[in-house]
Amino acid sequence: MASGASSRETLRGVAVTEVVSSPPGFWKQNQQKLAPWLFLAPGFLMFIIYVLVPIVQSIWISFHEWDGLGEKVWIGLGNYIELLDDDDFYTSLKNNVIWLVLYLLSIPAGLAVALFLNQTVTGIRLYKSLFFFPFVISQVVVGLMFTWFYAPNFGLFSQLIAWLTGEQVAVLADERFVTYGIIAAGLWPQTAYCMILYLTGLNNINPEQVEAARMDGAKGAKLLWFVILPQLAPATFIAMVVTVIGSLRSFDLVSIMTAGGPYGSSQVLSYFMYEQALSEYGFRMGYGAAIAVVLFLIMMVFITLFIVRMLSQERNA
Amino acid sequence: MITRKSLAGFSLAYALTAATAFAGDLVINSDQSDPAPKKAMEQLIADFQKAHPDIKVKWNNFDHEGYKSAIRNFLTADPPDVVSWYSGNRMAPFVKAGLFEDVSDLWAQGDLNNQLKSATKSMEIDGKKWGIPYSTYQWGIYYRKDIFAEKGIAPPKTWAELLAACEKLKAAGITPFTIGTKALWPTGGWFDYLNLRVNGYEFHMDLTAGKVPYTDPRVKAVFDKWAELVKPGYFNENHAAIDWQDAVPLMVQGKAAMYLMGNFAVATMKDGGLKEDQIGFLQFPVITPGIPMAEDAPTESFHIPSGAKNKADARTFLAYLALPETQTKMNAILGQLPINNQATKSDDPFLRAGFEMLSNAYALAQFYDRDAPAEMAKAGMEGFQEFMVKPDKADAILARLDKIRQRVYK
Repeated sequence: MASGASSRETLRGVAVTEVVSSPPGFWKQNQQKLAPWLFLAPGFLMFIIYVLVPIVQSIWISFHEWDGLGEKVWIGLGNYIELLDDDDFYTSLKNNVIWLVLYLLSIPAGLAVALFLNQTVTGIRLYKSLFFFPFVISQVVVGLMFTWFYAPNFGLFSQLIAWLTGEQVAVLADERFVTYGIIAAGLWPQTAYCMILYLTGLNNINPEQVEAARMDGAKGAKLLWFVILPQLAPATFIAMVVTVIGSLRSFDLVSIMTAGGPYGSSQVLSYFMYEQALSEYGFRMGYGAAIAVVLFLIMMVFITLFIVRMLSQERNA
Repeated sequence: MITRKSLAGFSLAYALTAATAFAGDLVINSDQSDPAPKKAMEQLIADFQKAHPDIKVKWNNFDHEGYKSAIRNFLTADPPDVVSWYSGNRMAPFVKAGLFEDVSDLWAQGDLNNQLKSATKSMEIDGKKWGIPYSTYQWGIYYRKDIFAEKGIAPPKTWAELLAACEKLKAAGITPFTIGTKALWPTGGWFDYLNLRVNGYEFHMDLTAGKVPYTDPRVKAVFDKWAELVKPGYFNENHAAIDWQDAVPLMVQGKAAMYLMGNFAVATMKDGGLKEDQIGFLQFPVITPGIPMAEDAPTESFHIPSGAKNKADARTFLAYLALPETQTKMNAILGQLPINNQATKSDDPFLRAGFEMLSNAYALAQFYDRDAPAEMAKAGMEGFQEFMVKPDKADAILARLDKIRQRVYK
């Protein structure tokens, strides 16, 4: 008893002396509030320098005519007005939409592969890694492989088509097929990516719920639709975000497989921008920046949708 | 301004890694990444070092595509002392932006105005010379001599003879012309030659300088001639899917008989297995009689950036490059033709034929993508490619090209 009381005494004494000797400084008082901002500061700084400032700069440049060497000339909305009258712009825009829609196929495809691979069979790890393989190799290599695959005369695919229909089809030289041919190449690694997302999702599925559903007689498609898929919703969401952004950013495959050809028919906005602003034939920085701004605005629509959803989910959780 | 500053930052990093420049250091940036040009360049530098042991050469070799965008950065930020670049209209933006050094004084020294005379037009802007040319090569039709002999076809000299030859080849199941248009530029060769033969050199130069609309009936006439080859299927199918090298096997395998190309194609054909006596070279046939024959002959050249730190040694280097002995040695390795008319030509039969053709040529064009400004060239060659796939769209293509011409040259 006595010892307890004495220790309380001492504690109070210490507290009192401290208050008297030194009033708490600014740092002490606001430590709790300031610390997180200090930790965030380096990241914020980088974000401002390498993300926000370039965005503002691009928007600024898009109001000018500039070849990257001479003086910038202010032309206001001139670049945007020219865009509205540019056939290549509409071709790119149309192709971007096709990319966006067809690229989403990689989500159900990835789910199907994931369900197929989610078994306990000997050697399943090997199969999993084989299916994941296309995502590991560089897009440039994927592009080259598919270019050979489609190559007239000796490509596997064109041989197959020639054997089936008796006619050669040069996928990458035909404006009717070229965009679809490139998207098919893009779907290969993207499906693998979605598959991995779903495989991790499947690992986290609550086995008790599945058991309960089975007890109630659910199986096959119904089990998948009402029990498995809702639990995979987070994976689907991430797959969706990654796929949509990936389809809008599509650049490397177009550049490697066709360079936008034949005669510009497989252009997408990002490649069109690169070609106008940075390739040897362009160096129209202002025009390229205007295309970039348009692409940025399109992306903003999706990014906003995703963020709004994410926030509302967090609030509900 | 901000960009200038960031470029300067980039140049600082570049300077720290790439060059510790002392007086007497000569920094050369160029894009001789193919085997033969690389060897020629190494030889040139070795010989130059021997002749000028006090100058230390530092050579940065780039790949072709990377070079085209890199040169804009290093010319503004941290110029080397010597750069390679294309002549003709392709150097105009750099000359106009004041990034290249006027080297008319070098030409005036000695006898260069006379010795390098053939390249004067391509090196001159505003009456001043902006570089030293050292090599060129001819364009023309390469054909399978043995196939021609077998089918009893004489090398065509006129358009009618060419069409007859094509018809005969096609009937025998051989594609008359092979081409790969994926990289677009091979189409430029066709447009150049058809335009040079239908309308002549002056018109071609006016067109590439933007003085004539693409909707002019004379341009349409060029496409009409072109259609006489495209519509009957005298070009290989699916050419838009392949590069120029991929078009060579068709000729090696005997599936195609002719190829309109630059002289560099001969090496590829020989690598593919053709023997020298199987390959023939012929000048592009006459179309409109009476029009003097002009040819395509791109020129290779070196230039001094106006911001170079060591201009004295750079001038020494360019003067060395202009010497007949230097050009003889380099072009022997390159398999091309020297510009200096005192230099000795290689004994290669194709180069001999090319030299003879070029010396008798009325005038020399650089090539569509060097004569026309880059932006026009890109749009133009895309249009040519589309035309070769869909000849019926000629009018729509020309209307589009003219829209671009009005913007580019304004």
